[in-house]
Amino acid sequence: MSRIAETFARTKAAGRIALFPFMTVGYPDLETSIALVKAMVEAGGEGIELGIPFSDPLADGPTVQKSSYQALQGGTVPTDALDVVRRLRADGVAVPLILMGYLNTFLACGEESFILDAAAAGADGLIIVDLPPEESDATKALCKKNGLDLIYLLAPTSDDGRIAEVVSRASGFIYCVGVVGVTGARDAISAELPGFLRRLRAKTELPLVVGFGISKREHVQALEGLADGAIVASVLIDIVESSAREERVEKVRSYVEVLTGRSEAST
Amino acid sequence: MTTTSLPDALGHFGPYGGRFVPETLMVALNELTVAFTEALDDETFQVELNDLLRNYVGRPTALYFAENLTRKLGGAKIYIKREDLAHTGAHKINNAIAQGLLARRMGKKKIFAETGAGQHGVATATVCAMLGMECTVFMGAEDVRRQSLNVFRMKLLGAKVEVVESGSRTLKDAMNEAIRGWVTHVRDTYYLIGSAAGPHPYPWLVREFQSVIGREAREQILAAEGRLPDYAIACVGGGSNAIGLFHPFVEDAAVKFIGVEAAGEGIDTERHAATLSKGRPGVLHGSKSYLLQDEYGQVQEAHSISAGLDYPGVGPEHSFYKDTGRATYVAITDIEALEGFKLLSETEGIIPALEPSHAIAYVAKFAPTLPKDQVILLGLSGRGDKDINTVIAALGIDAGSE
Repeated sequence: MSRIAETFARTKAAGRIALFPFMTVGYPDLETSIALVKAMVEAGGEGIELGIPFSDPLADGPTVQKSSYQALQGGTVPTDALDVVRRLRADGVAVPLILMGYLNTFLACGEESFILDAAAAGADGLIIVDLPPEESDATKALCKKNGLDLIYLLAPTSDDGRIAEVVSRASGFIYCVGVVGVTGARDAISAELPGFLRRLRAKTELPLVVGFGISKREHVQALEGLADGAIVASVLIDIVESSAREERVEKVRSYVEVLTGRSEAST
Repeated sequence: MTTTSLPDALGHFGPYGGRFVPETLMVALNELTVAFTEALDDETFQVELNDLLRNYVGRPTALYFAENLTRKLGGAKIYIKREDLAHTGAHKINNAIAQGLLARRMGKKKIFAETGAGQHGVATATVCAMLGMECTVFMGAEDVRRQSLNVFRMKLLGAKVEVVESGSRTLKDAMNEAIRGWVTHVRDTYYLIGSAAGPHPYPWLVREFQSVIGREAREQILAAEGRLPDYAIACVGGGSNAIGLFHPFVEDAAVKFIGVEAAGEGIDTERHAATLSKGRPGVLHGSKSYLLQDEYGQVQEAHSISAGLDYPGVGPEHSFYKDTGRATYVAITDIEALEGFKLLSETEGIIPALEPSHAIAYVAKFAPTLPKDQVILLGLSGRGDKDINTVIAALGIDAGSE
């Protein structure tokens, strides 16, 4: 059983939403991004999404864009994401590690070698935001051959035909885009999200993980009974951005503890 | 209307094109493909479009035999397809008006557009004013600065101009923001792309709507010369005016296509926009095509004196033409383009936009090498009023004295 499948088997049995915090590799710098990920796991993150910085992240709102830009300015390259995975595994991080990026990064680095190296480094899955199912045959085959899950996305605008298409190909989990929009923290979860998740639930047994617009404990709680996991990104980057250098890691750790319900306090 | 079978059902031109966008947009792109396909076969749509092209845009635009220029260069005969004479001053209106009708047909009342030089933004704002639609144009801050006349025109026409401050603050970033905006407002908003780029069906759709340029030119040159031209030459940024000029001749193997890219400060410098000459295939803005990028796939900033060519990508059909050899792509520097700008102004009394000034500059080098019985069809995509400030700054022409 894969790490991803094991994780959801466990969290489902315990009746909780698995929290997958996100961090951009190389933001605010490479070493800090590694420290942030470790703190997020220690604080109860059940899996980690590692963003590979790209020059033109067109599904991302201003916060993730800014982190991506800063990581690139700091000299981060895509293969740094693989080094980060290796180092996290060497340091005993055992939760699923999922790489998220844009297609051009994989094409430029060589899709086959990148996927091979990602698997060897200890990654569990890939999310390619701008790779729709109809263009994904070759990537899917490479992932499957190397034991990685290619994570597909579905959005509230996806029709039944597209849902069926994705369900027939998906493994690991389905990334459910929580809002009609780009990434970014919002006050409340979208009113149409429950209906969207019920529509998906009726079509698949795969874990449903919601990302985009999830930033508070109450958002995570609102997913109970509807989804299996939640991805939280922009709010964590906002915390890094607004914290003093020496407090960044601890502030993020505390907030992930709030998100996972380990702590009541708010930052 | 289509003269070849490309693209395929998924929008591929050989290995290029396709649809690489966030899932949120996929259903909207499918709906657009269906609506466009139906409109192509709908006589009512075609009648209304043709009526507006004639009576609002002022088509057919003239095909002008540039006798002075031909004599001065001393080689091939040069015919100029005068898209500068179209309403709003450039070819962009051909596509904007057709997509505006398509948006109305789809029941959309809000329009988003991206713009570089501002010509597409002006064309879209114009069409929205005429059709009573709400228009938002995304434009890079750098382009807002160098194309202030067009910003004013858009505002006058009732459009909202969203100034984009991210990245290089030019067309690439305007398109990123327009796509992000569309992701958020996809249910009630039509995204009116101005170039033959973006996800399927846009490269196909824009080509079809711009092919009116080449269809007219074909008839006009046959009437004037009794034969097809030897060369069709046009500037290429995203490539909509070039594909519109070329495509109706695509089955005529004797008509050679030359696309002229912007070499900026030189294609061996870091500051150019010669995507087909210097890039390699990648994915940007929803389709696979040649792209200026570093070894890790980060998209590089383009540079050109002309805002409309200042783009690190290119329409996928041009990439396909390059690989198959159907078209040749060359590059012209900022300085050469300024020479082209002056040349046409002085010899023919036609002030061209800086974008087609690149094509003029290439013709100035190329025509003298050809025999006098050869015929060049030159696409003049727009007029130069918008560029006067840039040219004054670059050439130091004293506007205040005789």
